[in-house]
This record gives sequence, structure tokens and C-alpha cells, in this order.
Amino acid sequence: MTPTPRPGDPTITPALVAEHGLTRDEYDRLVNMLGRTPTFTELGIVSALWSEHCSYKHSRPLLKKLPTNAPYVLQGPGENAGVISIGDGLAVAFKIESHNHPSAVEPYQGAATGVGGILRDVFTMGARPIAMLNSLRFGSLDSARVRYLVAGVVRGIGDYGNCMGVPTVAGDVMFDAAYEGNPLVNAMCVGILREDELIRAKAQGIGNKIMAVGARTGRDGIHGASFASEDLSHNSDAKRPRVQVGDPFTEKLLLEATLELIASGHVVAVQDMGAAGLTSSSAEMAERGDVGVTIDTLKVPVRESGMTPYEILLSESQERMLVVAIKGREEKVRAILAKWDLTAEVIGEVIAEPVYRVTEGKKVVAEFPGTRLVTDCPQYHPEAKESEAIIALRNRDVNAIPALPQERNSAWTLCRLMESPTIASKRWLYRQYDSTVRTNTVIGPGGGDAAVLRIRGTTKGLALKTDCNGRYVYLDPRVGGRIAVAEAARNVACVGARPMAITNCLNFGNPTRPDIFFQFREALAGMSEACVALGTPVTGGNVSLYNESPAGAVYPTPTIGMVGLLDDVSRATPMSFRAPDDAIILLGEPTDELGASEYLAWIHGVVAGAPPACDLTKERALVETLHESINAGLLHSAHDCSEGGFAVAIAECCVANPLALRGAMVDLSPWKALASRALLFGEAQGRAIVSTSDAEAVLAIAKKHGIPARNIGTVKPHNEGLVIIVSGHSMRSPLLDLSSAYHDAIPRAMQRAPAEQVSAELATGATV
Amino acid sequence: MKVGIVRFPGSNCEDDAFHAVVYQLGEEAVMLWHKDHDLQGSDVIILPGGFSYGDYLRAGAIARFSPIMSEVAAHAKNGGIVLGICNGFQIACEAGLLPGALLHNDVGYRSMPVTIRVEHANTAFTSAAKVGQCLTMPIAHGEGRFAASEDLLDELESNAQVLFRYVDASGETTVDANPNGAMRSIAGICNAARNVIGLMPHPERAVDPILGSDDGLVLFESLLVAAHA
Repeated sequence: MTPTPRPGDPTITPALVAEHGLTRDEYDRLVNMLGRTPTFTELGIVSALWSEHCSYKHSRPLLKKLPTNAPYVLQGPGENAGVISIGDGLAVAFKIESHNHPSAVEPYQGAATGVGGILRDVFTMGARPIAMLNSLRFGSLDSARVRYLVAGVVRGIGDYGNCMGVPTVAGDVMFDAAYEGNPLVNAMCVGILREDELIRAKAQGIGNKIMAVGARTGRDGIHGASFASEDLSHNSDAKRPRVQVGDPFTEKLLLEATLELIASGHVVAVQDMGAAGLTSSSAEMAERGDVGVTIDTLKVPVRESGMTPYEILLSESQERMLVVAIKGREEKVRAILAKWDLTAEVIGEVIAEPVYRVTEGKKVVAEFPGTRLVTDCPQYHPEAKESEAIIALRNRDVNAIPALPQERNSAWTLCRLMESPTIASKRWLYRQYDSTVRTNTVIGPGGGDAAVLRIRGTTKGLALKTDCNGRYVYLDPRVGGRIAVAEAARNVACVGARPMAITNCLNFGNPTRPDIFFQFREALAGMSEACVALGTPVTGGNVSLYNESPAGAVYPTPTIGMVGLLDDVSRATPMSFRAPDDAIILLGEPTDELGASEYLAWIHGVVAGAPPACDLTKERALVETLHESINAGLLHSAHDCSEGGFAVAIAECCVANPLALRGAMVDLSPWKALASRALLFGEAQGRAIVSTSDAEAVLAIAKKHGIPARNIGTVKPHNEGLVIIVSGHSMRSPLLDLSSAYHDAIPRAMQRAPAEQVSAELATGATV
Repeated sequence: MKVGIVRFPGSNCEDDAFHAVVYQLGEEAVMLWHKDHDLQGSDVIILPGGFSYGDYLRAGAIARFSPIMSEVAAHAKNGGIVLGICNGFQIACEAGLLPGALLHNDVGYRSMPVTIRVEHANTAFTSAAKVGQCLTMPIAHGEGRFAASEDLLDELESNAQVLFRYVDASGETTVDANPNGAMRSIAGICNAARNVIGLMPHPERAVDPILGSDDGLVLFESLLVAAHA
């Protein structure tokens, strides 16, 4: 059936096509597919489905190269979320997703709806969400606009997750001018399900009914997917109406109703209506099931009258789902939704005819052949070429940068680093998140290198963490990509888990720029190498491109969300030192590497040098050493060395738990050949600081795995402070200095201007 | 003892309460749907935490109109034990089962461990604890600042209805130890008849040492004593 334009539809002109973000070639492709000029509704549908956000047109060829297999992977990329088996008939569904652009213009709703979207991705698989994580990147806290963004994003994440009753247990937060105009807000959700309750978003069963479930459809968020697929500009604030509005209470009802619906067996498929709303959810379901679908927009429950098919199809109203109900069970589906005061309406049907058809009553307003709407999407293989400027930065000899006069006292430098917001305690943020609801949180925010949740009914635990140092990726994307995965694996190993699988959120700039596409290609290659070496397949994720503001692109930031498994959750190991007199062992080896460090960035304002090398064989051996030592019950604490290097890591072991400060005395003389600032603050990879009452046993395990390890000192009572013997000197840091630097930095910065008050003038990006 | 846990549409701590009663205490618990009128013969009613109806208006303001709440009120009037935790405390206040009100925290939402001091042991929820005993358990709320008129506060004090106060590590009430600005550091109270109890902290999240504290257990054990009395 050939669709007819609706009265009042604008005429299709090159200008209208351009406004929909389609290139000339893409438009020709569309006309070619249809064999005619598209209707306005069809143009809208294609503009959403072929947007970068929905189509992955620049990234798909490279994403296909990521390793995705392991015997325990039940669902890899291509579904609402990835799923792995954890034994005992249980499985874990998890995924990370970005909400960067909405959060840049409307931080509260942007972040809140990001949380809502990722929750739906997980519970549509039949999993009950048990944990949220978030990975945030902001500009400097010196900027009032950044403080406004931080306050809004954190409140948005908190209000949504808290209302849902899903604990927010971990994450990572970094601050760097590179994110000033374009913050990154990545949310990860983890859910648990019985393997036999896994459900997919695959339309099937000719004659089965397609039902819209949950909230009504309004005019909010129209073209959100396209908005997410362009650079941010000074005009972006005008696109605030494209940001959706979240309602966590409705989402909570939807969560309970959906899980009940899936358990009832009345539905064969469930799909979140996320980006590009009804359009994308219905087209993707049809494509996965290789069936036709027909949708009648008049049957979609709407919030306001007079909505056109174009608007109904492209609305991104939140808290909605599409389900495929077994024919004849529609009333039973309705009854379950009614119990939760929600509605479910039949809006279409699975059909044998291979078409994607949208009608308005009896009138066809859009029709595409078969599943080509999804499969015929253009794919690009852009040019990749590294930026000469970045090569020059990487090659800079950072060891030649002279130390500041104050640095003669290394304790001064350490204290300054402890108050860098990237390093400092994030308690100001996470005390706004309920981290203990559901009573499974064994290690919560700030307690360990990763969060640990117990799994009821088993002895097992899950370890969860997000990680990515974008500065490393910026200066060397291949190495930075490797480190992002390796650090996440190290973090879950530090709490006692075996790294299992990852989800990733690939935040990059404009892929049509060769230097950006080079970063993308190389970072993915580095990630792949690390995933293979560490045995952690990619089960899904999200690509967020065009993260650029007038000031330029963000650091390339392929955020890794790692899931690890503890066989015995009672072994979960914190990061803080515990018992005085415990031996302190450094696993791994310091180097003279100083490039790309937080030390250079925070103390010297320099972003340069090569990031530290990442030897994946050693990383794997370190993971094995940590895992074996912890499972043998040998470690009282474990903490990896990352931003700020060894000195910051050991200081964190002393003061991270403000209720139980511990001193330490360590001797770094064995490495006196190394320059002291590289030894103290360099970020050599593959290292962890552990404490134990049985040093011999830990050293023996390290030796077995081929990991250099050395007993460097002893845990002390808090009044003895932190003493590091380096280059023949004793560097002494009172714990109160370290603790106050670490714990007060962010609260102090956030107090500087009541963020809400200055928000009005900030739309322009003014710095106050 | 049979514990009935009321499930409002936006409750989210009902499973935690259930686990505390069934797995830690070894007692029977049933979920009570807010649209029902049947308490299923429960000895003790728990109004659990969460966001009963989204709570966009005021925490607990709508929940008190739920069908089950008339049964809960009757149960309380007959001397039955009702325990409101967090949002359940807010609902109990809105429903008039407890005096006072819970306002927005002076500092915004707070999720953290707090220490509370048991002020009186002569209620169904504190009888196994000692007066002056300090218990550590999490809070997680945005509207937990207990407020009442000075007269009412004096009355609560003189009737020994203030059951828990926020204290520091040494057991003293201080400004810093008060996480939400509650008047007179009040964390929990009971009604004049001493059978309806409400508190903002989450004892059901502190019943297992692996989660950092099992200090809440003594409160649930008190219920057991009362129910078998």
C-alpha cells in the first residue's frame, strides 16, 4: 500500500531533508529503497532510525570487531542489555548508556531520564535491577556552570534511583577542562534474573498483538535521538524541549508490572521505548524477529489531543514500553497493568507480510519494505588520521618539567593531589544516593575499589565498577583503551572477584573528523586486546559521538562497566588498611613513567607525555594474584594504584575510611634509582597495595603468578601518620592533613556558589 | 508472630523488611496489598520505606487514603502494633497514627550510616534494648526532619514518647550528629498508647553483619517478645 501525505504535511524539500539531519546520499538511499518520494512521516522515521544514536552508522563496522564470546555469555550485543550466567540458575543483565547532551542543557532531567532509560533496558530482559552505577565527567569546579551541572546531575541521578529503590553503589567521577562544555553522564544498571526467565525483544508469532504499555505519549523529547547525534553549540539550550521529563514513580510501577508480565508468560517480547520512541522500538523488534509489523497511531494512548503520526512516532516520552502479547491474552496483559494503575493498549500486530507499516486509522501514512529500514541503514568508514598536535604532546619530555619550589617537600605535593577533585572523596555526591536499599550492599561507595553485592540464596557476590581515564586515551588511544579495561578488571579483582564481562559507553567527538575517528578506532583496538587478554567479553553498550562543544571535543572516553564474580562474598575486601602491624605489600613494579598523570595535570597544568605502558600479561597475572590471595583469606585490604600513583594510593588506604584512620610506614629505597616524583606520583600500571598478616604467603602467590612483589612496610596506628622513605628522606604526612584534603575538597568547592542561584545566567556558559 | 507488610505502589523497602522478619528473625511475614482491606490476621503491621505514591506532593500524603490504611488504623486503635520505617513513619504521621510531621531535611537527601540512642525501652519495639544503648544503621531520606510545636515536643518528652535520638560516637546529641535538622535530634517516636512506633533510620537494613551492622536486630527481637507476651 502506498502511503498518502496527510493534509498539512510540509512538502519534502532539500531544506527539510537537511533539517532532519539526512545527507544528500542518505536521502537518495531512502528514495531508492521506497521507489518514490517519502512522506513527511517517513522522513521523520528515517531521520530518527538513521541518526548516529540509533544506527551506529559510523561505529558499527568497528564494534563488530570487539570480542563478545564466552561460554557464560547468554546474550551479547544487540539486545536491550547483555546477559551472563553466574551459575545456580541465575544470570546477570547489565548495560551502560550515555545521557550526555540532555544533561548538558538540562542536568537534572537529563541525568534522571538517563537513569530511567538504563533501568528499562535491564528490566525489559526480565531482570530485577539490583544496582546502579554512574560514570561522570565534568569541567573544572572553578566554573559556576560546572558546579550547576554537577549539582543538577547528582540530584537527578539520586532522585530517580532513590525513588526506584535501586541502590547506587559505585561509579567514577573525573574533572577536566576537556569536559567543560560537554559533560559526560553515563549510567549503568545491573539486574538479576533466573536464566529461564530471560526474555528478548524479538517480535514473533504472526497475529500476536503489539501493545503500548505504561505512560501516555506526549510531545516531549521529539527528535531527542537526532539531538544526541550532533555537536553541542551555543544554540543547544534552545533544544531544551527535546529533553524528556522523568517520572520515577511511574517507572517503579512499570518495573513491577513488567516483571509480573514476563513471569505470567502472556508476552513473547518486551522492548523499551527509548531513543526515537515508538519508531525505533517497533522497527527493531520487527527486524530482530524478521517479521512485518503494523502500527495504528490512532490507537496509541496520548497525553494531548491533535498529535500527528509524526509526533506520536518520534516522541520520547518516558516510562513507556512495547510488548508483544500472545494473541487472545490481551485482556490478561491489561489486567496486570491495571493492578499497577497503568494502561496497556493494542496498537498493532505482528504480520506475515514483510513490511513496516504505520497507519492513522485506515489510512497508511508510512510504509517501508521488509526490515530494510534497519538493515539498509548507511554505514560509513571514515578516514582516520592522528592529530599532529597530539603526537607532539605525547612526545614531550615531561621529566624535563621542573618541579615547583614547594615540591621539595613531597608531602606538600601529596596533600595537593589529595584535594584534586578527580582524586578526592566523592562522598558529597554519593551521600545523595541511596546505596543500601535492597540490603545486599556489602561494599558500597567509597568502601573498596569496586562495589560488592551479595546474591541472596547463594554464597556468591557481584563486584561492579566503571572506569576510564580519558586523558590516557587522548594522549594514546590504543594504550588508553587497554588501560580502561585493565583498570576496571584490577578494581574488581581488588575486592576479590574474577572479572567476567564488560559493557561499554563510547564517548567520543565528531567521527567525521579524521583525528576523532582515529581515536575511536585505536581505542576500540586497545579495548579489544585487553578484553581478550583478561577474558572479559563485551556484552553490549552504547556509542555516544559528537561530544563536542565550541571549545572542541571531549577527551575520548570509552567508559568500561565491569562485572566480576566472587564465589564467596564473605571474602569481599575493602580498600582501607585495617589492623596495625599488618604487612604492606606492593604488587607490581614502579617505573619512571610520569606522562599523562594527574600529578602533571593538577600540579603543573600540563596534559602531555605518553600514558604509562599497559602489559596485559602482567595485568592478568596481577588479577590472578589478587583473586587467589583474597580467596585464601590472606588480604585485609587491597587498593590499586591509579590517578596520583603510589603515594595517593597509600594515602587513600590510610584515610579513605574517616571513621577508622590508619597510619603506615613504608620504605621505597629498593627503587632509589627512580626519580622520586615518578616513584611517588607516576601512574605505572599493574600495581596494587595490599595489607596482610601473612606476608610470606602473599609473596609466594605473587611469585607463582610471576608478579613482582615486595614487603614495603607496616600498617600503623593513626597517630603515627603516613611515613614514606624515599630518596633517603622520610616524607611525613599527618593523617589529619591528608584526610581533610581528601574529604573536604569537593564539599568546599561545591559551597562556593549556590549553584541554583546562578543557573539563569549560566545558559550562556559564563564563568562566575 | 505474624508480620503484615503493607505494599504501597511505590514501596521499595518491603522486601528488606520481609527478609529481616523471615530470614533473620525466623518469623512469618505476609505482604498486604494497599488496595485490599484484609490484614490477614497479622499481629504486627509494618509500613515500609519507599515513595508510596511517588511522593511528589508530600511524603505519605496520598498513601494515608489507601484502602488498607483504614484497617491499619483500626488495628492500631485496638492496641495492635504498627511500625513505620522511613516513608512508613511519614505515612503514619500523615494518617494521624503518630504526632508531629516530617519535613524536608535542612541539607537535602542523605544516605549514610547514623547512630541512634535508645531513650526508652518500654515499647514493643525497644523492649529488648537497653536505655542509652547506641545503634548504628543507615538512613536514606530527603524528608526526615521531625518537627512539632514546642508544646507537643514537651508533651512527647514528658510522656516518654521520644524513643530514638541521633547521637555521635560517644552517645551525645550534637548538631553534627543530627543528619537532617530534626528538632531535639528526634529519630523516632511512639504514640501515647505506645503501640505505634515510627523512625526514620532503617533497622531492617542493619540485621546482618556482612552489611556492616546488625544493630537493628535487637529492635526486631523486641517485637518478638511483645507478640508472644
